[in-house]
Amino acid sequence: MTESPTRGPRVGLFATCLMNVFRPNVGFSAVKLLEDAGCSVEVPANQTCCGQPGYNSGDYDAARALARQVIETFENYDYIVGPSGSCMATIRHDYPVLFQDDPMWLPRAQALSEKAWELLSFLADVLHAAPADSHYDGTVTYHDSCSGLRGLGIKGQPRALLGEVDGLKLKEMEDSEVCCGFGGTFCVKYPEISEKMVEDKVRNVLATGADTLVGGDLGCLMNIAGRLRRINAPVKVFHTAEVLAGLADGPGLAGAAKESD
Amino acid sequence: MTAATNAREAILNSVRSALRRGPLDDARRAELDARRPHHTRPAQDEELVARFIRKFESRAGTTVRVASRADVPAAVEAYRADKGLPAHAAVGAALQDLAFPGLEIHHDPAGISETMAVSQALAGIAEPGSLMMASGPASPITHNFVPDDHVVVLDAGAIVGHFEEAWEVLRARAEGMPRATNIISGPSRTADVEQTIQLGAHGPRRVHVIIVG
Amino acid sequence: MEIRSKEFKQRAVFAIHDASLQQALGKARGGFVGKRAQQAAELPEFEQLREEAKNTKNHILDNLDHYLERYEAAVTAAGGHVHWARDAEEARRIILDICKRVDAKTVTKGKSMVSEEIGLNEALIEHGMEVVETDLGEYIIQLAHEPPSHIIAPAVHKTKDQVSDLFEKAHGGPRKTEVADLVNEARRVLRDKYFKADVGITGGNFLVAETGSSIIVTNEGNGDLTQTLAKVHIVTSGIERVVPTLDDATLFLRLLARSATGQETETYTTISTGPRRAGDLDGPEEYHVVLVDNGRSKMLAGRFKDMLRCIRCGACMNHCPVYGAVGGHAYGWVYPGPMGSVLTPLIKGLDNAYDLPNACTLNGRCASVCPVKIPLPDLLRELRHMQHQQDITPVMQKRALQVWRYVATRPKLYHALEQVGARFLSAIAKNGSIRRLPLAGAWTDVRDLPAPAGRTFLELWQGKRGQK
Repeated sequence: MTESPTRGPRVGLFATCLMNVFRPNVGFSAVKLLEDAGCSVEVPANQTCCGQPGYNSGDYDAARALARQVIETFENYDYIVGPSGSCMATIRHDYPVLFQDDPMWLPRAQALSEKAWELLSFLADVLHAAPADSHYDGTVTYHDSCSGLRGLGIKGQPRALLGEVDGLKLKEMEDSEVCCGFGGTFCVKYPEISEKMVEDKVRNVLATGADTLVGGDLGCLMNIAGRLRRINAPVKVFHTAEVLAGLADGPGLAGAAKESD
Repeated sequence: MTAATNAREAILNSVRSALRRGPLDDARRAELDARRPHHTRPAQDEELVARFIRKFESRAGTTVRVASRADVPAAVEAYRADKGLPAHAAVGAALQDLAFPGLEIHHDPAGISETMAVSQALAGIAEPGSLMMASGPASPITHNFVPDDHVVVLDAGAIVGHFEEAWEVLRARAEGMPRATNIISGPSRTADVEQTIQLGAHGPRRVHVIIVG
Repeated sequence: MEIRSKEFKQRAVFAIHDASLQQALGKARGGFVGKRAQQAAELPEFEQLREEAKNTKNHILDNLDHYLERYEAAVTAAGGHVHWARDAEEARRIILDICKRVDAKTVTKGKSMVSEEIGLNEALIEHGMEVVETDLGEYIIQLAHEPPSHIIAPAVHKTKDQVSDLFEKAHGGPRKTEVADLVNEARRVLRDKYFKADVGITGGNFLVAETGSSIIVTNEGNGDLTQTLAKVHIVTSGIERVVPTLDDATLFLRLLARSATGQETETYTTISTGPRRAGDLDGPEEYHVVLVDNGRSKMLAGRFKDMLRCIRCGACMNHCPVYGAVGGHAYGWVYPGPMGSVLTPLIKGLDNAYDLPNACTLNGRCASVCPVKIPLPDLLRELRHMQHQQDITPVMQKRALQVWRYVATRPKLYHALEQVGARFLSAIAKNGSIRRLPLAGAWTDVRDLPAPAGRTFLELWQGKRGQK
């Protein structure tokens, strides 16, 4: 589809399940960033889940059923963009695999795969956009979510974009690339192991002295934020998009720590 | 015998059926036997002897360079005296052209109480900085592993760049592959107790290379 | 070794609360990861070598029968013997027969994961032989009567204090507390064993078809003393470990030490070709290789062929956060970590190791460091799929997936339920989070649940833009 010079690409926003229920602000941040960069953004009402829970549980039929729904809903957009490395890696990498023996759906899965982007890499790599006049007062540490990092090569883009934010200091944590222990259903199937992993992650977050943690996947962020809150650690947690869009106000995910006395 | 034959055939058939084919035909076999791989070799831009020394010493090995083979006994004696070792050693017959005055030597395998051995290396490999020892009547394997101190004579001209060139040295031997080819990169070490590196686990505590030429 | 992978969950929880184990794992983790990263960074060709290694392994596997036959012919020409074992039982019997024929009393062993896989030690001991593990790590766990917890660092789960205790008990006092003294003590004790050994058993990192050689790679030199001083040398190896030429072995050698221990090279790389020759003064009088299939040839057929590329470096477990949390014993069989979570269900049965493929966050770090690029997370997911197909997946989970699918393929119903959920969770939250949630204890026992704002994004979006 050719883009007219007066109108930017037509983007279908993939409203991930966790974002839709737990953090609508991430959705609005995504819309703002995309529109600021010249996209026309639509949010199709017929969307639900990308199918990853079924795929990773070994129920490939269920995953295909969901994938077909996503393909039908989004295939007419120039791009499908979502604020999650995990969901977008599923659409980008797993859909073509799921339909590899299905001559009817494979081309459609491949076509969607080619225009599926995680939000921040889309902003940086496709639109070459910089956040407009955003400001954040604080020291931020960034957690590399695994699917985004290893599935989609997201590493430098969010850091570069955060570097454009006025007032924001980025402080790297040790082992930022190590899994936080979320892992979808893993965190509830193996809670003790997940606890150990998120404990390690939180220790590394706290060691930076940063007052804010950001990342690109709400699953990881809810896990880490929930743990930080459980131990009453005064670190705010936001999705990177919220900070970039200037919408990271308030206490962040899981609310604020209690004032200690 | 039949059980053994059966197992062999069963495994090979299982491999072939998994690969969905029968035995390869002669043409394909000949093609595979003629295959000469050319894998990537890590780039090197260092003079071979210098690189060998740098790499070998980086793993707690020691080296000394002498002008000629005639200087080897003095270098051995200097090492022995420096370490305060008893004046006897197992010396490979490959070095029998040399006299070691003051040192009681034998050419037999190293026994359990052997303190020092002196060996001739077949080649050095500059890439990792390793010695290549070929076993044989004149180079017992036990000399490489049993004594606490292992002194190795290496001709500077026998240092090659990459492993692949060392294999060419082996292939060029009239007697073919040695029974044991020992590539030695320094003293024996272990990190099995809390990842703490400790030298002299089972093999030599010290390996000293006398580079000739 | 009896498989105990069904107890994974209990063993994992036990491991997490084992202070000594956690101390030992903590020390190991940083070292392996940092050293490997440094080695990879110092070799500009590293990524290219990984790609070549993957392709070369694939070539070998596609022609495995030929290379095995060629290898066998070359071993025989060098005066050695090749034995073929379909399964663990057959492998044990072959080795027992050799040991009995030479009336073996003492058997020394270099580190060999295949010998663990086939349960060799138990069989030899049962027949009255003294079996001595000579790799320091293996020796430590032999004294502790434990299996290895790591494929290259078998005693990585032991602290120095625990080693001190084990040595004092086995060798008598005074108790040594310094690493150097502990290592020296093992050196002294094991020296005698090497010299009196009748049979020395080692693994084989690579089997070279060109020359009929087996290659072992060690740091300690124990494998060399084991195979040189015994009257008989037996190599145990999987059929997939054959490589066509020395040059092919080199490709993997360049990756192995760097990936495993983060060394440029290990101290000893030993190429063994046949038994002692005329005129030789030392070396074994007999040289045997036992080629073990034990499920490998069947793996060649499908998706799991990729797993046969494994060169047993252990990088996947060194980089696995789950392994890092629970250690190797939780996995319940010989091979732990990501590679073990693929191999164990395939060798021992999907239903005997349900948890192993599932106890993984699919974070992909293992695959990113694998020197032969095995797509471990994809293989683990594939095992989950097989479990699902074969009804090994717990019934509750299958039901939950069916319900999820029903709802998620009906957007209106899905959104309605999301809205109810968002309102409910928002209503019971305090200060933005939920501390306890009935039926969600697995989440809230560990962490708070961040609370929703009350309305879903799609609801709010339609409110804002829907009219437009």
